[in-house]
Amino acid sequence: MKTDAEVSQIARSLRRRCIAMCRGRGQGYVGQGLALSDLMASLYFDEMRRNPDGSLHDRLILSTGHSAIAVFSALGELGEYEDDELETYGMDGSRIEESPLAGIPGFPITGGSLGQGLSQAIGFALADRLRSSDARTFCLVSDGELQEGQVWEAIMSAAHFRIGSLVLLIDNNQMQADGDPAEVMGIEPLEDKLVAFGFATQRVDANDVPALRAVLAETRGSSNRPHAIVCDTLPGKGAPSIEAYEKVHYVRAGDEVWARALSEIQ
Amino acid sequence: MTVREANATLTREGHFELLRSRMPMMVSGASRQAPFADALVALGRSREDVVVLSADLSKYTDLVPFRKAFPDRFIQVGMAEQNMIGIAGGLAKSGLLPIAVTYGVFATRRAFDQVSMALATGVTGPAIVVAFLPGITTPFRATHQATDDLALMREIPGMTVVDPCDATEQDAALIAAAAHDGPVYLRGLRGLVEQRFAPEGFDFLLGRASLVAAGDDGAILATGLGTSWALDAREVLQRSGQSFSVLNVPTLKPIDSESILAVAERHRTIFTIENHSTIGGLASAVSEVVAAEGLGVRVVALGVPDVWAPAGSLDHIRADLGLTADAIAARIYVEGHAS
Repeated sequence: MKTDAEVSQIARSLRRRCIAMCRGRGQGYVGQGLALSDLMASLYFDEMRRNPDGSLHDRLILSTGHSAIAVFSALGELGEYEDDELETYGMDGSRIEESPLAGIPGFPITGGSLGQGLSQAIGFALADRLRSSDARTFCLVSDGELQEGQVWEAIMSAAHFRIGSLVLLIDNNQMQADGDPAEVMGIEPLEDKLVAFGFATQRVDANDVPALRAVLAETRGSSNRPHAIVCDTLPGKGAPSIEAYEKVHYVRAGDEVWARALSEIQ
Repeated sequence: MTVREANATLTREGHFELLRSRMPMMVSGASRQAPFADALVALGRSREDVVVLSADLSKYTDLVPFRKAFPDRFIQVGMAEQNMIGIAGGLAKSGLLPIAVTYGVFATRRAFDQVSMALATGVTGPAIVVAFLPGITTPFRATHQATDDLALMREIPGMTVVDPCDATEQDAALIAAAAHDGPVYLRGLRGLVEQRFAPEGFDFLLGRASLVAAGDDGAILATGLGTSWALDAREVLQRSGQSFSVLNVPTLKPIDSESILAVAERHRTIFTIENHSTIGGLASAVSEVVAAEGLGVRVVALGVPDVWAPAGSLDHIRADLGLTADAIAARIYVEGHAS
């Protein structure tokens, strides 16, 4: 069990990794990476349990493929990937793809064709049930993904199957390709919808480490209801110049921008 | 040695003789009720990792015996094929053997992206989609007739695509698919299913075609129910003094190029017959093989032309599309003499 300060320290390290990954090519999904660093630090370094051999007992299924930078930064911190390789993020020939296919360490499924991850997470969770495993499955989807019908098929089925080991994490960054979901296609009131579908639902500022960890802790233990956490996140969080960046959904910038962002991570 | 490597060591003539030497034993007038139900229960008994998924069609896809025998390993997802395929993907990546069963139209058109992404990327073990109502075997029109599924599935990298001809071949294909490392799209035949091949000693490999009738006057290459239609048309041609070979091509992908070439190079015109659109299925696969080889052979494609097939009984639709035994034989006779 780590302290909030320790988890926050790791999150800062993940932020620096996200910036380093983008800096080489001068572009990437750094806004998402910074926004999710607190969540990744809380999951990979505290909430997700490990087996005696050190492998992860619980798992994260990433549906939002282009948020892979956040997962890569955590895996880099864990030593699954070398820094040199992570810094080839998005480059021709690199396996550190901006939105990777399944099959490389840490990415059991192909996210990125958005809206498909939760169904697959349910498949993992049902396999655990068949094998009497108590592993937990966290599934990260974005707010915009909720516009895909398949997500609601999956939400309906998770409640029907009473999968208490499932935690749906919604990255509520209010930023989809064409703008704010409230204008593109409204998804609120999210908590009401999730509760109506049978999920034990909470909402949290996912850039507030103590609050986030407290909410994650409430999803532990046996339950016959799946969990949902609406994670309010701020794109670029932790680097004010990126937070203020106009095109934060995908940042293309000169080296001075990356150098400044790096210096801002405190 | 793979099928392909074994075949590559033979000349085409030698390959044709090999095909002739391993022709399956045929039975006549036989059929079996719900063979898929029996095959699935047997598979479930032999392997504890088999998990069957249905999207509100268990009663219509011969799944009820499995559901009753193995309720813990049966997942009902309701009318939600995209979710079903996604769940199947998660099960497969957990190391289980998912068998997602629905109608071909829903598995392919509605859940095409899910089959592509959840089942055909990152899956290293077996994962099976069984697709009922192949082609024109249902009275409902385009909503239920899967006349484009083979074309769609053939496009997916790493996908194995199988259209069985009868109950014997369907049984064997399910066993082969369960032993295959990777996704398999298997068309299914429900209810009372013809039995053309004797089950005893029936030899089936994914990716291998087999000669089911030998003759020197022409060649028909067929898949699925098309093979059954081809054999009946062959009888009609036989009565007018022409003896045709019939190459049964149950696996559309990977395609058995060597067997197709061994049969095709003996003739100036070859005929393909399939319970599917003539675009993208067997006719296309065979044309790709002979064209790539530079074989100057004409390919006459029989199947569903570029239209939505009509409604009605199978006999009615076959008559409408020129796919009865007599109509096929007449077309072959005319085209054969035109070349």
